[in-house]
Amino acid sequence: MKRFLSAAAFFGGLVILWQLLYDAHIWSPVLVPSPVSVADYLRGAAADGTLGQATLITMRRLLIGYVIGIIFGLPLGLLTARWNILRDTVGTMSLGLQTLPSVCWVPLALLWFGQTEAAMLFVVVMGTLWSVVIATDTGVRNVPPIFRRAALTMGSKNMHLWLKVILPAALPFIVSGMKQGWAFAWRSLMAAEIFVTILTGFGLGQLLHFGREQQAMEQVIGIMVIIVVIGLLADKIFFSPIEQFLHRRWGTGASQ
Amino acid sequence: MYITHVIPWHSRATSSAKEELEVITPSKLAIESVSKSFKTATGTVQALDRVSLKVSEGEFVCLVGASGCGKSTLLNIIAGLEKPDSGLVMANGKPVTSPGRERLVMFQEAALFPWLDVLGNVLFGLRLKPGLRDKDRLDVAKYYLELVGLTRFEHSNIHELSGGMKQRVALARALAPNPRVLLMDEPFAALDALTREQLYGDIQRIWKARNKTIVFVTHNVREAACLGDRVLLFSPHPGRIQEEFTIELPRPRDINSVDLAGYASRIMRSLKGFTKAEGEVAE
Repeated sequence: MKRFLSAAAFFGGLVILWQLLYDAHIWSPVLVPSPVSVADYLRGAAADGTLGQATLITMRRLLIGYVIGIIFGLPLGLLTARWNILRDTVGTMSLGLQTLPSVCWVPLALLWFGQTEAAMLFVVVMGTLWSVVIATDTGVRNVPPIFRRAALTMGSKNMHLWLKVILPAALPFIVSGMKQGWAFAWRSLMAAEIFVTILTGFGLGQLLHFGREQQAMEQVIGIMVIIVVIGLLADKIFFSPIEQFLHRRWGTGASQ
Repeated sequence: MYITHVIPWHSRATSSAKEELEVITPSKLAIESVSKSFKTATGTVQALDRVSLKVSEGEFVCLVGASGCGKSTLLNIIAGLEKPDSGLVMANGKPVTSPGRERLVMFQEAALFPWLDVLGNVLFGLRLKPGLRDKDRLDVAKYYLELVGLTRFEHSNIHELSGGMKQRVALARALAPNPRVLLMDEPFAALDALTREQLYGDIQRIWKARNKTIVFVTHNVREAACLGDRVLLFSPHPGRIQEEFTIELPRPRDINSVDLAGYASRIMRSLKGFTKAEGEVAE
């Protein structure tokens, strides 16, 4: 509760500071709108459904692409960790593609798939996939050999060994890879939505882009706030609990 | 005071869990002319040279030697974790080709799985054992946690346990699937003296109560004399069994007893003898 109050006070302070700067008329109100007008925009966009619609479209792209990325990335990472031949080939390729900023996939995706949902999914998958592959590979290779030996003597082998021993033992690495993949996917999706009008649906990035075209600064800032909030929620609702579970079990990091 | 009886079984246990706990399946081991060498940066090391050894049902055998004499390699071969270059290991009349739960290993590190709690770790091997219901598995796991005195910690995380408690959990985990043979690779080496002494008591009690066959590797001569029916002395380069001592002391044995010290110093003398001889060869 105390932590919540201090956070609330901090953000409240920020908004007040913003309002004071606006009242000081240092900059043109076109460039720096008041927090009230941003709130008004958000309220209006929420009321007429554009905001909900755009958020839904963006989140759908992100989640579907992200899940596909993990579904392919995890087994691929396990395979590259298991066979050195795959590590030298697929693993090296993954490492190379992971260093490629995922927004670089946008031109290719547009040429291949056109201004469609498939192009957006492709960009998100590419943002997620390689990070998950690399993290899974690293995680599996860092599993202490003694775990494997102990499991073998207890009769674990093949699929059981991989699913019940090696995969959970690699979990701290895999989760940090998933988090990185999420960050890459989220950034590249936003970039794609801002720069290209996707005909199959307007996402948050498009709203941001239209805000600029109409010189509607309250829309630009309002959408940016929404994007920040989504990022925060993803961390607090999805990743934080997993990370805290890992810290508690492994005894790593500072528990809160 | 030494306790010889097993902790009484609860009335809540199902009949098949009782049955599982009452099945006592001792085994004998036969190691026939096993050799094993390793390639290292400086050349080939003959870890084991035609080692033969018989362990009878319910026997407690200790393998003693300086580090690097091949005793752990022999244990790994008996476990099926490593393959010998030549020779054969028979467990209960069948050749050993792979690891299996009838020969469970306890390592120097507890090697407990950090993603599971204490109970989850003890259940791990049991879950792989067919023919049991989950309720039975739970009963059996709880029984062994009680046996090692850790019932209160069944939902603790592994990192919250002390070194001695971790080894106790590892012992419960190794015992839970009711293996015929227990292979122990310096399981107490990293523990403090007081905890070790408690565990010497525990292991003798459990060995007797559950009628296990135990092969125990150690470099601690006193520990070997305290635990073993027989103590086999290994010499390094190449690894061979050099000498055999039969310890004829009543059980339970106290590690600090005078008679035990006598055995220990005899074993120590022999150990020093051929370690010195080895030094002379090197010069």
